[in-house]
Amino acid sequence: MANLNLILGAVITGILTGGVYALMSSGLTLIFGVMEIINIAQGALVILGAYLSYWLQANYHVDLLVGLLITMPIMFFLGLLIEIVFIRPLKLNRTMLSILVTFAIAMIIEGVLTNRVGANYVELNAWYVDASFKIGNFYLPYIYVFGFLLSVFLLSCLYLLLYRTKFGYSLRASMQNRTAAELIGIDIERVSAITFGIGVALAAAGGVAFGATNLFNPASHYDLISRLLVIIVLGGLGSLRGALVASIAMLVIGDVTAVVWSPVWSSTIFFIILVAVLVIRPQGLFGQPEGRKQ
Amino acid sequence: MKLLKIILLIALLAVFIAFPFVFSDPATTTIAVFTLFFAAAAVGWNIFSGYTGYIALGHAVYFGIGAYAMALLCQYWKIPAGYAPFFLLPLTGLIAAAFAVPFGWIALRTRRHTFVVITIATFFIMQLMAYNLRFITQGSAGLSLPIPFDWSADFFNLPFYFVALAILLLALGTSWWVRNSKYGLGLLAIRDDEDRALGLGVNTGPFKLVAFVISAFFVGMVGGLHAYFNSSIFPPFAFDALFDVAIALMAFLGGMGTLFGPILGALILVPAQQYLTIISQSSGYNLIMYGVIFLAIILLLPEGIIPTLSKRWNKWKASRNSSKLTSAIATSPGSEDSIVVESSGKGVEQ
Repeated sequence: MANLNLILGAVITGILTGGVYALMSSGLTLIFGVMEIINIAQGALVILGAYLSYWLQANYHVDLLVGLLITMPIMFFLGLLIEIVFIRPLKLNRTMLSILVTFAIAMIIEGVLTNRVGANYVELNAWYVDASFKIGNFYLPYIYVFGFLLSVFLLSCLYLLLYRTKFGYSLRASMQNRTAAELIGIDIERVSAITFGIGVALAAAGGVAFGATNLFNPASHYDLISRLLVIIVLGGLGSLRGALVASIAMLVIGDVTAVVWSPVWSSTIFFIILVAVLVIRPQGLFGQPEGRKQ
Repeated sequence: MKLLKIILLIALLAVFIAFPFVFSDPATTTIAVFTLFFAAAAVGWNIFSGYTGYIALGHAVYFGIGAYAMALLCQYWKIPAGYAPFFLLPLTGLIAAAFAVPFGWIALRTRRHTFVVITIATFFIMQLMAYNLRFITQGSAGLSLPIPFDWSADFFNLPFYFVALAILLLALGTSWWVRNSKYGLGLLAIRDDEDRALGLGVNTGPFKLVAFVISAFFVGMVGGLHAYFNSSIFPPFAFDALFDVAIALMAFLGGMGTLFGPILGALILVPAQQYLTIISQSSGYNLIMYGVIFLAIILLLPEGIIPTLSKRWNKWKASRNSSKLTSAIATSPGSEDSIVVESSGKGVEQ
């Protein structure tokens, strides 16, 4: 195997980009855990976040990572708005209706972006996107490391929020049992709205790292949401740990497949692994087996 | 009452048959053909998702398999253009149904959200396969089908219209049969409470799988017909994410699990969508409009048109009956009557 170096490089980039996917999918799985809804718009929101950064950079020369200080709060409030206006009114059969509602939101976001910026592919730019450094025989752009560090930082913040604050206790209680959390006096609607906002803000952060390492256009969200869904189902719906492990595992496997076989098959491998795992463990790697709903 | 219903149905069928002759403009009949395609697919989808409550968002897989099966069979057997390809439709449906057996078996091991996500995943797997298995599908170059050149522009839509109508009627008949059979009751029991249904002796696994395969059969036939209508297919056309959601939305709009709901939904949404695509000048506009309609339907009519209307109708009838009764009570006190009337009113629903 003369390609050992290439495989090593693929593993490293897989781990680093896996961190970024962990960021995007943790928002998705968090929303699911608290609200029992799947936010199909997460992919579109990632793309929207990437375009916001692109716009800030093009018009005001704001650095991508600094721009997050502006885009993340904007996206947080957008998330609050979406939850309050579109998700909260769903009372009956909200599980299924929410999938359709968030799909509609994804379509609207895609439509607005196509209308405003067109369907051309763009990529985010900064000095650390072009510059790279050498490890072994392998050149690595700084953005991969920066994206990974950003993910680690934000996921640590998320960890502190969940496990060290009063809001985190309410959020985890809502995740364990929505009805019981409501009974002991947790304002579940407030927790849901804030969780949705946090999930969307994480999507914006993921969008910067995604947009700097991939070409994207408004329709890129289909591909993205399918990968994110696979990751959170593989990890187990509602499990943050599962989302982290599954992201890194999937990206490493995908990148290695691209090197040793062919890039066109790397996404297919993604889905085939999902199907194989679900045949053995229908609840995913870290998920709780589905019980009877009360 | 029953006679009235039958007369109404026959009249409706007559309208459908007469439509392309009355409005013979090709632009209009094209929209009508698309409407029937989607109506048939939505009725097929409803046989599984409407009755069992499992929302499948990957039925574009069976549409695509039907489309590719049609193209490949025409190529392989050198089928000439004309009426011959129509006879392949049952076969394309069966091929789609054959694919639905393993996919359904895997997906139906899970429930609720996970099920939805797996159906979406199967969709992306098959779309990627259509791009990547070049020796079968020619990749993104696509496949072409025989084109019936000797059909004039005015005539072209008619055969497709009536074949689509036939598929729709077949799907509707199947849906009606399922709805009124013991098997259908089992499916409805699964929708209401799967574990209890299992406990009461409904063999839930095979029940769900059979419904899944039946629905894939009809969607596959529609796929084959659509491919022949388009005369060429590409991966993004055959495996279209919008198709997945469009048929679900049609069933939702009309009323999930009702017999005519999906058709009503298709009759409203397909012409609206075609119209939006025609009038929208700037790109992305039709997506926005479609998304907004989508949101409005779900937020304003979460149960769909037919269930909402039948509820209103029953309420109105019950209130009218009870007001009659209160005047009748003065002469002959029979309060049990009002209970009987109300429960029979509920029975009329669907």
